[in-house]
Amino acid sequence: MAVFHVINRTTGDRFRCDEDQSVLKAMELVGKKCVPVGCRGGGCGFCKIRVVEGEFRCGKMSKAHCPPEALDKGEVLACRIYPRTDLMIECMPQPAAPLAEQTKTKP
Amino acid sequence: MKKGVMRPGHVQIRVLDIEEAVKHYTDLMGLIETDRDEQGRVYLKAWTEVDKFSVVLIEADEPGCDFMGFKVVDEAALVQLEKDLVAYGLDVEQIPEGELKDCGRRIRFTVPSGHAFELYADKLYTGKWGVTEVNPEAWPRGLSGMKAVRFDHCLFYGPELAAVYDIFVNVLGFHLAEQVLDPEGTRIAQFLTVSMKEHDIAFIHHEEKGKFHHASFFLETWEDVLRAADLISMTDTSIDIGPTRHGLTHGKTIYFFDPSGNRNEVFCGGDYTYPDHKPVTWQAEQLGKAIFYHDRQLNERFLTVLT
Ligand code: FES
Ligand SMILES: [Fe+2]
Repeated sequence: MAVFHVINRTTGDRFRCDEDQSVLKAMELVGKKCVPVGCRGGGCGFCKIRVVEGEFRCGKMSKAHCPPEALDKGEVLACRIYPRTDLMIECMPQPAAPLAEQTKTKP
Repeated sequence: MKKGVMRPGHVQIRVLDIEEAVKHYTDLMGLIETDRDEQGRVYLKAWTEVDKFSVVLIEADEPGCDFMGFKVVDEAALVQLEKDLVAYGLDVEQIPEGELKDCGRRIRFTVPSGHAFELYADKLYTGKWGVTEVNPEAWPRGLSGMKAVRFDHCLFYGPELAAVYDIFVNVLGFHLAEQVLDPEGTRIAQFLTVSMKEHDIAFIHHEEKGKFHHASFFLETWEDVLRAADLISMTDTSIDIGPTRHGLTHGKTIYFFDPSGNRNEVFCGGDYTYPDHKPVTWQAEQLGKAIFYHDRQLNERFLTVLT
């Protein structure tokens, strides 16, 4: 089985990833935390990254988080991509905190 | 139940791959497949449920929850609730009998948090699975995995909790069992019930509308929750957190994800409530303990990982 290297150029982390392993899973297995881990199922968008170099295969991903335009720019969900070559990835900016000020509702 | 809404009846969950999802909900969680329809939807139930289905899976581009349905006591109650919802100012959509197989007519409405709910009075009564109606044995053999006992509740994330409260309490006759208040007294979480259970449905404040946090299934004992955790490891299923205890409801729980990233819960225990009980209040400053009683810390996933 082919083994590739993934380099996160935002954080400088580097880890090995088998061809049949998702990038997120490979990262978790070596105990790294350079990509946020959510559902691991292509549904929540938490693990979104940009692949800047390299070839990969995609599993099913939520269209809400990975529409075709995003895919064209290499923006994918790390839990649903499997490397075909070494990959260079970078982190995406995280959305704002969710429990923000609530103005409308009073009990 | 004072307006005739009786209990959670069903939830339709969108999944990216239907067969992967069916395997998860049946082999791992122990639900039973009861039917499929022309749209490719798969109908499932837990063994103690008396009606034909409680979970409907539908393949889609984007995971999440299409709607949750509540069963009402009879057609007269359904007619009255429909009038009350319209009078409140909500758009009520008519879904004809049979649109979901073996389910009577449903009325559907969307509340200001962005979530769609349904009410219906009739669904095919198939009885508990695998046990007889007369002199039933304690449980059926041949259940898989976690052997989920029943579909119990859903937790949704969205805005406008006060308006949602108004509809559920004043129009639908739910009772507020637990809440989380911020220092200004604004409610940021509400656990609502039509039964003695601590929640039949819950909402947590979130700016984005219509998000799905989890669908939850009941187990009998803490040992069963531990066994569920073992099965999650054995099947390399994506785990979120647990086994642990919630502060809110004091239920003993584990969270994990289906193959499309929808969160599931199995839990046991939990407090009870009667209509004369005052709501249990948690302060937002104690939210960590309210959600995860042992860690006393929220993991970021609980607040942001949604479908
Ligand atoms: S972790 Fe949820 S989409 Fe990857
Ligand atoms: Fe729950």
